[in-house]
Amino acid sequence: MLRQLWTALRTGIVTEPPARVSDLERVGERLAAEITRAFGRSLHIRQVDAGSPNCCEIEISGLTGPHYDLERFGLHFVASPRHADCLLVTGPVTRNMAEPLRRTWEATPDPKLVIAVGDCGRDGGLFRGSYAVAGGVADVIPVDAVIPGCPPSPAALLAGLLDAIRRRR
Amino acid sequence: MIAAIAVAVAQVIVVGAGAPLLVGVLRTLKARLVGRRGPSPWQPYADLRKLLAKEVVVSTTTSWIFRATPYVLAATMLVASLIVPVFLARPPLAFPGDVILLMYLFLLGTFFLALAGLDAGSAFGGMGSSREVAVAALAEPTIIVAVFALAMRAETIDLARVVERFSREPLLAANPAHLLAFAAFFIVMLAETGRLPVDNPATHLELTMIHEAMVLEYSGRYLALVEWASAMKLCLFMTLLANLFFPWGAGGLTGPAAIPLGVLVLAGKLVLLVIALAVLETTVAKLRLFRVPELLAGSFALAILSVMAVVLV
Ligand code: SF4
Repeated sequence: MLRQLWTALRTGIVTEPPARVSDLERVGERLAAEITRAFGRSLHIRQVDAGSPNCCEIEISGLTGPHYDLERFGLHFVASPRHADCLLVTGPVTRNMAEPLRRTWEATPDPKLVIAVGDCGRDGGLFRGSYAVAGGVADVIPVDAVIPGCPPSPAALLAGLLDAIRRRR
Repeated sequence: MIAAIAVAVAQVIVVGAGAPLLVGVLRTLKARLVGRRGPSPWQPYADLRKLLAKEVVVSTTTSWIFRATPYVLAATMLVASLIVPVFLARPPLAFPGDVILLMYLFLLGTFFLALAGLDAGSAFGGMGSSREVAVAALAEPTIIVAVFALAMRAETIDLARVVERFSREPLLAANPAHLLAFAAFFIVMLAETGRLPVDNPATHLELTMIHEAMVLEYSGRYLALVEWASAMKLCLFMTLLANLFFPWGAGGLTGPAAIPLGVLVLAGKLVLLVIALAVLETTVAKLRLFRVPELLAGSFALAILSVMAVVLV
């Protein structure tokens, strides 16, 4: 326990300082400003896996780590769609997940945002045309924005979130 | 009369308005300890304001219990803030045996929250409720026994008098009973407020949740009330811990400057406790659910030992 604490104190903050990732930081700052305007500097995100092979999720969970640390911009991942302002949907929507996705959308209180992540979320990507796939996210629920990429980098995800919030207003 | 009302209003405001800040500071500190920059300490206020403006989605299978629970929770915590000695030794609602009322106010909130968790009929809600009730049943006797150990030492059962006596005679606290009761109360505080070795407040894993699992169904202003009430609960427990076990500064204050001075003293004590809690939460892992009763049984044993120490020493 003491060793762990010592490591934590010695390592300090590893979230990248502004000079080194000016792009990410700029996007993040703009995102924070937009969120402030639209939601009062608090955006709760529910991540929904509608059938993705989990590669986009790894990038998304990268956002919560010390390096990108999206919590400092007022974003936060939550455990229930009822707590969320934004659904981050990954993957092609498989036939089995179409109904749960629709229900998740219904369970999310207004005002809400839906963002489709990755090429899979856009139109099915790699899996387009498969007999098990119902299509992209937009084929099942209304989508406000798409973040393309296979997978999109965490920086691209932040930029996409910013774009989505802008477009909504 | 007017002074008493002023103290009552000030206590409610300090607890009600300060609790989200306490939670925010705790989260920021925890983020710093794992090397993140973390959210600002004011983030909980932004969250609450946003939630108040949002739509409420309520499952069609719920009854009035689900809708009444957030109000019951907030109301019990506000009443409880009149009983806890917050910054003066003598809270507005002090009477002999008030600790029992305090305990049952906390439990009333827990009871309604557990019912609300069951009400929506979701699997995770029921799981959370059964766990919460199990933890509450194990934690409750410890709190009472630990506080009684102090009460026996101070020879009164009135919380206010306990605080007054200990701040007047600091040597009374130099006793193994005090230390044992403190350890017992601290462990129980972690369990009751859903902190780390018992429950992880930052978890997203439904299978390991306790408190979170019960509030999964809440949204909008109901969620805001529930979150606010649980922040107040943490604040009240920490205040109780600070003022019962380290009462110096809380008693003896009089005159017009008593309230601001008392608030400052309280803030200082709470900052120390929050730092301790953040360090604890970043260094320990969550206990397996079946180990939690062992931890709580341990804390109960400490409380009993504390009472025995009062009698024997
Ligand atoms: S878009 Fe690419 S990276 Fe994302 S889930 Fe689909 S296959 Fe994986």
